[in-house]
Amino acid sequence: MAGVSFRGVSKAFGSVVAVDDVSYDIHDGEFVCLLGPSGCGKTTTLRLIAGLEQPTGGTIHIGDADVTMVAPKGRDIGMVFQDYALYPHMTISENIAYPLKVRGISKEDRAKRAAEVAAHLQIGNLLERRPGQISGGQQQRTSVARAVVHKPQVFLFDEPLSNLDAKLRLEARGFLKHLQQELGVTAVYVTHDQAEAMALADRIAVMDGGRIVQMAPPLEVYHRPATTFVANFLGSPPMNLLPVTIERTATHTRFVAPTFSIDADEWSGRLKDRVEHGEEVFLGVRPEHLGVGREGDPWTMKGELYAVEPLGPETLVTLSVGDALATLRIFGDEPPEVEGTVHATIDRANLRLFRSSGERIELG
Amino acid sequence: MNRTARFVIGRIAFYVGACLFASFFVLPLLWLTVAPFNSLATLSVALPEQWTLENFRRVFANTFAIRALVQNSVIQAGGAMILVTVAATLAAYALSRAAIKGSQVITYGLVLFSSVVTGTAAMVPIFLMVHRAGLIDTHLAVILVFTGGLLPAAIFIMRDFVDSIPRSYEESALVAGASPWRVFNDIALPIVRPGMMVIAVWAFVNVWGGFLIPFILLRSPERMPAAVAIYSFYTEAGTPLITLTAAYSLLYTLPVLLLYLFVNWKYGFRFFGGIKS
Ligand SMILES: Nc1ncnc2c1ncn2[C@@H]1O[C@H](COP(=O)(O)OP(=O)(O)OP(=O)(O)O)[C@@H](O)[C@H]1O
Ligand SMILES: [Mg+2]
Repeated sequence: MAGVSFRGVSKAFGSVVAVDDVSYDIHDGEFVCLLGPSGCGKTTTLRLIAGLEQPTGGTIHIGDADVTMVAPKGRDIGMVFQDYALYPHMTISENIAYPLKVRGISKEDRAKRAAEVAAHLQIGNLLERRPGQISGGQQQRTSVARAVVHKPQVFLFDEPLSNLDAKLRLEARGFLKHLQQELGVTAVYVTHDQAEAMALADRIAVMDGGRIVQMAPPLEVYHRPATTFVANFLGSPPMNLLPVTIERTATHTRFVAPTFSIDADEWSGRLKDRVEHGEEVFLGVRPEHLGVGREGDPWTMKGELYAVEPLGPETLVTLSVGDALATLRIFGDEPPEVEGTVHATIDRANLRLFRSSGERIELG
Repeated sequence: MNRTARFVIGRIAFYVGACLFASFFVLPLLWLTVAPFNSLATLSVALPEQWTLENFRRVFANTFAIRALVQNSVIQAGGAMILVTVAATLAAYALSRAAIKGSQVITYGLVLFSSVVTGTAAMVPIFLMVHRAGLIDTHLAVILVFTGGLLPAAIFIMRDFVDSIPRSYEESALVAGASPWRVFNDIALPIVRPGMMVIAVWAFVNVWGGFLIPFILLRSPERMPAAVAIYSFYTEAGTPLITLTAAYSLLYTLPVLLLYLFVNWKYGFRFFGGIKS
């Protein structure tokens, strides 16, 4: 087992920069999810680790070894491809045993080991079938079995669940997490599904345009997004971002929007050198940190009811606040009774502030 | 009633027409299966009054023709078959997988020119080239010239098979620890094998039936293939001895038939890429 380190790694395809000067360390035994929108360079990052692409700049280490120019063969990696890439002309058993075959392990030994791994992943009864004769979920497990059979140093997953239906996906997600913890192998997992990343990762690396915007444990990424991009990308629905203006007098600081105005005195010390009077910023607040209040309550913002969506254990209430929409997540079986003008109370402890350029201003 | 009658007549007319059309293709085959066993065979299809193997006995007595069939044709067609199949597979793999600018244009260009290369028009330059190379009257000359002519189309067909293999198959084998050669051998080759079989049979049939190229490039009777040797069953006056020609023709078609049946039984024919799992 070993960690993975990137030092100033870049990868350009002609004029397209897929990975742009990225540096980070993935620790031994850690589960890291690469999360980001389509085309942000997740797959390219993974292929750089696997050795399927050569970086145009920087160095990559696996464990203590510099593998920047090492062929995939020399890297001791197990990889699950998005399409599973099972060999159609081989049986499931032969598929799983292929990495062992390449390593020159005898036929009996590798069949035995393949059967062991397959049994562990509950596909032991399919060994003699071909990939075309098993279901998508079983193919996914076969592909995982092939990736783990030779006990690699690093696991790589490229959206391994995206071809499964919703129910199977949840099942497979739990299974993968369990397996990774059991084996304790360093894993890098690519996804563009934020819920998957939250559920699986020890740390999430959020990527945008070939760069890593934030790399932190899931709850930190969720609660303290580094930028508005991250705030928008995680959570369903995402964080509410409301444009306000800083209004500062000799004694008071306020966040002012056309339809409401909020007292910001408690942060005036922190905000003093960081924002200026008249600066436009975004208030960021998660839907679950907004509640239904009454007129006159402190810390409220006024909005017009836009939609109510009961989801069972919770209800989403959307308000239109000026030009923006704000969503409230109300827990409980009973949808709240709201109509017309609604006053939403803000949970102060969980208020975030972002510059108009995107980065977060630390409030303390 | 009237309508039923019209329908019946229409059907009858259709089947009569279809039969006439089919017989155009079937009669020669029928002739080929019965005439060799008839000591009085003519060009018409007639069941022999007495079945006989006499024609075959006389054909086998013609050592020139038999050697042409079981030795020369086999060497030439077999050699070209192996060369075309191997070269087309490797070339198609390279064209499909390596990042060569204009590889598409190369493939199409080759296919276009190949029709010229094997055409009659090119026979003079080909003869001169072979002569210069000192290969006149060798099996190798026949094999090389046929291979040159067949290869582009073979590459074109093989490319479709290779293109249909997802890259991720090979990449997953690379990550599993295989060397590039091993990846080709373990993953790509088994998947394109049906394509190789199509190419092999097609190349074999082409050379097996090819007359002009061996006729021009070969001199000595010991090297003539069956397509040329069949003329040894003509009289001095240039008319065929129908009985012997029929028997020899039957022998001449058998290897192709057997090859086809064998490949079909073993691999199944497919003329397109894609994965059968
Ligand atoms: N082989 C290649 N040649 C040229 N450009 C490429 C190549 N591979 C990737 N790119 C480009 O690099 C960028 C990043 O691609 P990448 O596949 O890493 O994205 P991704 O984050 O995995 O996206 P997705 O979620 O859609 O899979 C894209 O703009 C893509 O077009
Ligand atoms: Mg991708």
